[in-house]
Amino acid sequence: MDTANAIEIRDLNVDYGHRRILSNINIDIPQGEIMVIMGGSGSGKSTLLRCILGLKKPSAGHITMLGTDICHTSNKKLYALREKMGVAFQGGALFTSMTVAENIQLPLREHTRLDENTIQIMTRIKLDMVNMLPYEDLMPSELSGGMKKRAALARAIIMDPKLLFFDEPSAGLDPITSAELDELIVMLKESMKMTIVVVTHELESVFAIADRIAILGEGELVEIGTPDEIKSSSDERVISLLNRTPRENNVDKDVHIERLTRDKE
Amino acid sequence: MKSNLRSEINYDVLNLSGEIDLHHSPKLREEILGSLKGKKSLLINMEDVSYIDSSGIASLVEGFQAAKENKLSYGLLSISGPALQVLTLTRLDKVFTLYNSIDQFQSQLQT
Repeated sequence: MDTANAIEIRDLNVDYGHRRILSNINIDIPQGEIMVIMGGSGSGKSTLLRCILGLKKPSAGHITMLGTDICHTSNKKLYALREKMGVAFQGGALFTSMTVAENIQLPLREHTRLDENTIQIMTRIKLDMVNMLPYEDLMPSELSGGMKKRAALARAIIMDPKLLFFDEPSAGLDPITSAELDELIVMLKESMKMTIVVVTHELESVFAIADRIAILGEGELVEIGTPDEIKSSSDERVISLLNRTPRENNVDKDVHIERLTRDKE
Repeated sequence: MKSNLRSEINYDVLNLSGEIDLHHSPKLREEILGSLKGKKSLLINMEDVSYIDSSGIASLVEGFQAAKENKLSYGLLSISGPALQVLTLTRLDKVFTLYNSIDQFQSQLQT
């Protein structure tokens, strides 16, 4: 593996039953880069994220993270790797029986033996970063959707991970909070040397944060490049995605009829 | 992380170098609080620190609090690059006193 790459995805295929979800995906993500994975619904972007996180085993191919092939490694090594990873899930995935602060401290209590004062200060630093410090004693049920998302980000970065994964950071947020979150993501990369993978389809956010963009369409890697390269792409699927062209306009009659009438295997 | 504590008559200088992360911050905390227990002011030289994470920052914050409680001077020397960016990100660049030289710290002690 090229040591300058934090993540390497090679010849990745993923199937659910007989259905191929991802086909021949190859992506390199250099250390310290913000890579945005985008695509429409059903493009396979969430499945790709699940594979990278080790939550879904691919049918074929390799994913190497910080030098470890996560598809062919021991649970011990995977556990050690996960200490260097932070994940902010779309819905927050906060534990409902714990306060915001307790949720955020959880990884520190699981993985470290830091002094209690250090844990408290780290928690408040991260809550302050995401503008959630006044709400540390609230329960998740008392938070709005945007607050849950910010609390989830605070938990994802509490261990200062080398790799940060973010599923739909801007979805459901007001424009100001969304812009603040984008700014924070860029600052985290620059100051904490994080490699960040963001899955989203919010175009404004994509061009605000991405060093490079990978566009998936129907399980294939359609295009990968810098924001300028993506903007000047001549691929119709990329143009449609950027112009928000409704999918109906792109229907191939023969393919569509075949989909509707083919016999089940 | 490497550290070295140098004692002057009325203050200590803690020289730090390398990366400060979760594995090193307990030692950093121990050194900062240990120095301040001697009731001497403390200048932390960050010139050769290439990276500091939030556990390291938390140790610096705890030191700041301990110095304040004991009415001791406490400052960071020659912080720049990523370490300064982390301080800025956490808005602590407005809290800590940042010095560009030991002379600057010394003259502040005399006032």
